[in-house]
Amino acid sequence: MDLNTLWFLLIAILYIGYFVLEGFDFGVGILLPFLGKNDTQRRTIINTIGPHWDGNEVWLITAGGATFAAFPQWYATLFSGFYLPLFLILLALIVRGVAFEFRSKDEHPLWRKSWDWAIFGGSLVPSFLWGVAFTNFIRGVPIDGNFVYVGGFFNLLNPYALLGGVVSLLGFILLGALFLALKTTGELATAAETVARRAWAPAGVALLAYVIATYFFTDVLKQLGVNPGPVPLGAPIFLLVAGYFIYNRRSGWAFTMTVLAVVSAVATIFMILYPRVLVSSIDPAYSLTIYNAASGQYTLRTMTIITLIFLPFVLAYQAWAYWVFRKRVGSKAEELHY
Amino acid sequence: MDVVALSRWQFAITSVYHFFFVPLTLGLSVLVAMMETMYVRTGNATYKRMTKFWGNLFLINFAMGVVTGIVMEFQFGMNWARYSAFVGDIFGAPLAIEALLAFFLESVFLGVWIFGWEKLSKGMHLAAIWLAALGANISALWILTANSFMQHPVGFAVENGRAVMTDFWALLGNPYLWTQFPHTVLSGFTTGAFFVLGISAYHLVRRREVDFFRRSFQMASVFGVIAIFLVILVGHSQAQRMVQFQPMKMASAEALWESEDPASFSLFTVGDEKRRADVFAIRIPALLSVLAYNQPTGLVKGINNLQAEYEQQYGPGNYVPSVITAYWSFRIMVGTGFLMMALALLALYPTLRGRPISQMPLVKFFPWVIALPYIANTVGWIFTEMGRQPWVVMGLMKTEDAYSPNVPAGAVLLTLIVFTLVYAGLMAADVYLLRKFAKAGPPAPESDKDGKAEQTPEFETAVP
Repeated sequence: MDLNTLWFLLIAILYIGYFVLEGFDFGVGILLPFLGKNDTQRRTIINTIGPHWDGNEVWLITAGGATFAAFPQWYATLFSGFYLPLFLILLALIVRGVAFEFRSKDEHPLWRKSWDWAIFGGSLVPSFLWGVAFTNFIRGVPIDGNFVYVGGFFNLLNPYALLGGVVSLLGFILLGALFLALKTTGELATAAETVARRAWAPAGVALLAYVIATYFFTDVLKQLGVNPGPVPLGAPIFLLVAGYFIYNRRSGWAFTMTVLAVVSAVATIFMILYPRVLVSSIDPAYSLTIYNAASGQYTLRTMTIITLIFLPFVLAYQAWAYWVFRKRVGSKAEELHY
Repeated sequence: MDVVALSRWQFAITSVYHFFFVPLTLGLSVLVAMMETMYVRTGNATYKRMTKFWGNLFLINFAMGVVTGIVMEFQFGMNWARYSAFVGDIFGAPLAIEALLAFFLESVFLGVWIFGWEKLSKGMHLAAIWLAALGANISALWILTANSFMQHPVGFAVENGRAVMTDFWALLGNPYLWTQFPHTVLSGFTTGAFFVLGISAYHLVRRREVDFFRRSFQMASVFGVIAIFLVILVGHSQAQRMVQFQPMKMASAEALWESEDPASFSLFTVGDEKRRADVFAIRIPALLSVLAYNQPTGLVKGINNLQAEYEQQYGPGNYVPSVITAYWSFRIMVGTGFLMMALALLALYPTLRGRPISQMPLVKFFPWVIALPYIANTVGWIFTEMGRQPWVVMGLMKTEDAYSPNVPAGAVLLTLIVFTLVYAGLMAADVYLLRKFAKAGPPAPESDKDGKAEQTPEFETAVP
């Protein structure tokens, strides 16, 4: 495996990690106003992701930084091309992050309510837009011979991409509901299980439609950079199994299966892309690839060494942080730090 | 305004705003970690209350620093695509390393620290805040590695119209970095110190929680004096490197139109930028040479001479930054720095002599001096970035060539307006919370497990 492929793989892993981790905390944020019947319940919900949301978001920052370092042309074309959607995502992440920290620091009901809706909107918008963005990666967007995106904003809002947005949105809601079922107790946990049951079927239908649409709207059958084998089947199968556990109220297993579904779905997208990183709808020759968008070998080698040294530590202490906060969050006021 | 001007405004507003929060994060994280260290070592519950009170203010500020930082990470690609593609080979690496080494450390351990009071041993909890503080300060190292490359590019070659990295260690060993990094981090420490000094003075004047705020004030006064002294010391060597690497920036900071040897230092200049000449000036002979070379002679190049030199080297064009901006931002930064030095020494005096702080001269003004480091930090960055113009990367790429060609001006205008408005709203909420908690002081002490409440002396007494 050459270094370009290794970095493509690393970035894929970063996005997979990001969508799993921030996927459930987006879902929790979306469900906040609906599941939290009173202030204590709402605080409990926020506290389930309190210790983690910031660390989860760093997966995205690292993916962005890694893209910049390893594939500067990808970084330049993608972020300037997807200017407005990315702006909306950033705006959402800004108000959402501040909302977690500020919300419970003042008693006024209007203050708290406003930040609750900021958390809701700040979770909803990126949940939807990430699906739209990633679908456009594989569908192809107008990129000219200078690697410049020449489509407008509305070009990105095609039906197939919007379907992708619905899939990611429903998937994250399902993840969030299952996470809450695992991390809360009593009434709240039961309500979360109910949401998971209701969200499962729509998520499954949307995913199935998306898989079928992917065969029609992308060149997945024609150009296989890497043969994905059974991976594309993973997402629907894992989601189906998740349904079994959801209906048998085994939330732990249901959560695990949904995580695997997300992993398979994102992995499939990167497999369809490989060795491209952005598909040009104008001319296949204009597509950005892991070679024509890459940094030099010196930079890739240096970054590889640094990553191999430090990544294990990062993974270990983040896993440890999840271990520290493995217990369900109660509703005792002194344990609610947010 | 064209897309370049709009993109520059957006970058200026979002980065100045971001850096409004970062210095306090750098300094206060270390101060809070020191307070918790005192708590763990002495078992004195006042230090635990200090950790929680200052820690709470730290977190309110930290959240703003984090979320505004996300914009910085993506804005290069959004608004400066040509720049990103041109230097990404070099510039992207420190950004990625920053995320991997610093942001994970900072965010994960801060999460553990906030939520871990009941779940971790004292030692582990203390380790968490130190690791978070370390993460914050390491992040400064990497982002300044990237910025130093823009000021003084090293360790690269230009191949096929792109700058590519040839020597990572040169990038990390950039002499510019090793003055800029300590200067920035120590400015952050100074900011943290003045924040604690100001709020403590506010309560000490009102005789509230005297023991609590006296300890806070004393700690911050020692920390602050050391920090601001080093800021000025490092700033001096940074200026010397500037003479060497960015002579045009230095000349603009001094409104030095023609080369001089020995070079004079401008005490006060009203200049005419168009004619590139003084209207009115008071200059101290030879002082600039002294500052530049630690000796009374030495050539400091003037703006006109450098302009001619650059035209020869880079072709026709204007290579002079906005002199009025460079001149005044530099002066305000340096002036504020020395004022902070004086105030920090003033604050240290009662600490050293064990005198009551509430009787210190100017103590009533101390809540207002919190503004000083913010002013210095902001104009300092305006000077650094504006003084480098017209270059985005010194000598390699001009700002006017760095923009995203496919982003319409209207889109940038829209994002500029929305960012500015949203940021203003968040700033209002942030200041509201900081004021509220700062003025309220720490909550009443909790009883220890063995039932005895901690001692809080009513009156400030002299401590040896």
